[in-house]
Amino acid sequence: MKVLYFAWLRTKVGRGEEDLVPPAGVGDVAALVTWLKGRSAGHAEAFADLRGVRAAVNQDYAGWDHAVAADDEVAFFPPVTGG
Amino acid sequence: MIRVQTGDFDVGAELAGFAAGNGRVGATCVFVGTVRDYAAEHAGPGGWVTAMTLEHYPGMTETRLAAIEAEARRRWPLEDVLIVHRYGRLEAGDRIVMVAAASGHREAAFQACQFLIDWLKTKAPFWKLEHTADGDSWVDARDLDDALAARWDG
Repeated sequence: MKVLYFAWLRTKVGRGEEDLVPPAGVGDVAALVTWLKGRSAGHAEAFADLRGVRAAVNQDYAGWDHAVAADDEVAFFPPVTGG
Repeated sequence: MIRVQTGDFDVGAELAGFAAGNGRVGATCVFVGTVRDYAAEHAGPGGWVTAMTLEHYPGMTETRLAAIEAEARRRWPLEDVLIVHRYGRLEAGDRIVMVAAASGHREAAFQACQFLIDWLKTKAPFWKLEHTADGDSWVDARDLDDALAARWDG
């Protein structure tokens, strides 16, 4: 699974991209976040308050209950501020 | 048409090629966004924004912008649509984004142009990092932008 981080989530995690193999049982975005928080202090800090975090699965916005699979691209980022 | 690029764009040159030769066009509206030199949340001596760096999500950015263009074309009888958005480091005063909509009459062109920038600001995956004398800070999303985008719901 390719996991991407943007903006302040990227700086807190310390990298913009990871290739990961989550354990069986990580079936949706929420479960993925719970597992990611255990990877490092930076991950835990990035996901400490999910009110300021949005997710995308395969480059489309996704809710916390959206399914994720091994070959998905999952991205985490703050609410967008372009334009 | 969608373009995401680091370099500047020339509004006049873009418009010269926009809906070129299309005799059905009677109205073209353009929005150009530029980098302000201040930010309300950084009021104080160090509050002047000297520059910003725009980050985006390559791939998803283009997909989302294309979806926004498609939605505008579904809602209004548009002859042409253009979205140009820059990323990377931009100085105060630099152009960030250009949106244009062409239609037979002005009402559709005005509304589509406003719709395009309202949805872009809340749905296209760009993030602004402001550089000030006090340091760098990520720009927070504004409730006002959500409200402005929501008026096009339904």
